[in-house]
Amino acid sequence: MQTGIAVAPVEINDLTVAYRDKLVLQDIDLTIPEGKLAAIIGPNGAGKSTLIKAVLGLVPTTAGSVRIYGKPYAEQRRLVGYVPQRSSVDWDFPTTALDVVMMGTYGRLGWLRRPGAAERDFAMHCLEQVGMAPYADRQISQLSGGQQQRVFLARALAQDAQIYFMDEPFVGVDAVTERAIVALLQALQQQGKTVICVHHDLDSAPDYFDWVALLNVRLVASGPFASTFTADNLRKTYGGAMKAAIAHFQHFEEDRRGLGIMKRE
Amino acid sequence: MGILVELFADYTLRNVALGSALLGMVSGALGCFAVLRRQGLLGDALAHAALPGICIAYLLTQTKAPIVLLLGAAAAGWIAAILLLQIVRHTRISEDSALGIVLSTFFAFGIVLLTFIAKRGSANQSGLDKFLFGQAAALVAEDVMTMAVLGGVALAIVALLYKEFKLLAFDAPFAASLGFNTDWLSVLLTSLIVVAVVIGLQTVGVVLMAALLVGPAVAARQWTNRLGVMVILAALFGALSGLVGALMSVSDEGIPTGPMVILSLTGIVLCSVFFAPERGLVWDAVRRRTQRAAWVE
Repeated sequence: MQTGIAVAPVEINDLTVAYRDKLVLQDIDLTIPEGKLAAIIGPNGAGKSTLIKAVLGLVPTTAGSVRIYGKPYAEQRRLVGYVPQRSSVDWDFPTTALDVVMMGTYGRLGWLRRPGAAERDFAMHCLEQVGMAPYADRQISQLSGGQQQRVFLARALAQDAQIYFMDEPFVGVDAVTERAIVALLQALQQQGKTVICVHHDLDSAPDYFDWVALLNVRLVASGPFASTFTADNLRKTYGGAMKAAIAHFQHFEEDRRGLGIMKRE
Repeated sequence: MGILVELFADYTLRNVALGSALLGMVSGALGCFAVLRRQGLLGDALAHAALPGICIAYLLTQTKAPIVLLLGAAAAGWIAAILLLQIVRHTRISEDSALGIVLSTFFAFGIVLLTFIAKRGSANQSGLDKFLFGQAAALVAEDVMTMAVLGGVALAIVALLYKEFKLLAFDAPFAASLGFNTDWLSVLLTSLIVVAVVIGLQTVGVVLMAALLVGPAVAARQWTNRLGVMVILAALFGALSGLVGALMSVSDEGIPTGPMVILSLTGIVLCSVFFAPERGLVWDAVRRRTQRAAWVE
């Protein structure tokens, strides 16, 4: 990207979001370095999805600013891809998998211009990358949950972005899809892209991500995964109510040490 | 063949048939987007909201010129739409409740105004209550021309912004993240539905208008899994029910056109819901039967 001084792909300053009289996000200062696979982790109601939506300008912010490679989001849209939660749309909509993926090219096309053969070919290529090419002409309601998720990922790939925001991409997917998503995240990282995922599964997080932001309305901690994803930070994030989760996490850490290389497959 | 020759020979019949078919086509195509955005009742609210607009336009100008009354209807429909948007955005009232409130309040106000106009004893009040259930037989050639121009513009905008409307209907937040102004698109789509409602007021009236927006879309969805095909099918179904309803009402004196159009449409909807391949209830039952038989084996 820019030469000279490294500009962070995502820089959030003092971000506060309120819904009516309730604070959803408070004073978030967060910088995500280039080329990371970053997880945003926190309990329900911590504002994880809202954080993504605030960055993308989808919810009004009360205070603060967001910079994408040093500029406001509105000037950098073409550099950002977005995977909303799968449950946020009606999958009985009359359209095909390929058509949904082509929607990823609409931003580049802008107003009025129709997608043509080039967009179609590119969308097909994106479907191939998530192993969904054979389902291109399927009506989207006839796809399994995991396949629908992969179609959403392919749509983000069709945005041909530098930074990808994904809202709970691993929720409710089958093992095949989980592997496909992990492979895709790693491929994106190898291409030097930055990926930020809202994630809620503490068990799998250490295997997938190398950077983490722990969130509960306020930012509890952020940084490289190993040094940030500690029992102490998790306790601060989840509070006393989540003792069970912490205990579970500690078991898991012991398991991990015990299993050693087996865990890496 | 005989009936088609008669159709274009007879001035009244031609106007009624063309007007109803045009209306069906425009509302069918636009209704698809309303139904897919789960705003099927929006048309109902906008149509009912048009009634006080018609009355106020009449009270202010003392004319019954359709263009004046329809402008009043459009303005009132539009105000109702903006009001709805604001209620949903700034209160905790849900969208369906807000629709219910706006629909009945505007309609009640319209009925009060109608009564007020009648009580004042102006002789030509009879011209206004026809907007309740429509009076297609009163359509003149200029009315049909107005409908064709308005409807043509609305359909042209849908064709032009098809990609944007599709994205808005499927995934509005994603559309917004790409930089499309979804508030603006929403208001535009609602305004186009207001146009469809205005076109329909003279023919089917405020009470039955909603069916013409929802019915063709529901029927068309049964036959296809592609939005483009659905929009075209819905336009065809709408036009067909307009035509059939018009012919049935004119061939037997005294039967009102609006209700006949809606009943023809109901026929198409029922056929589609039961017999469409894949989504039809009949095939569904057959599939379940054979499946059960296979399990029992």
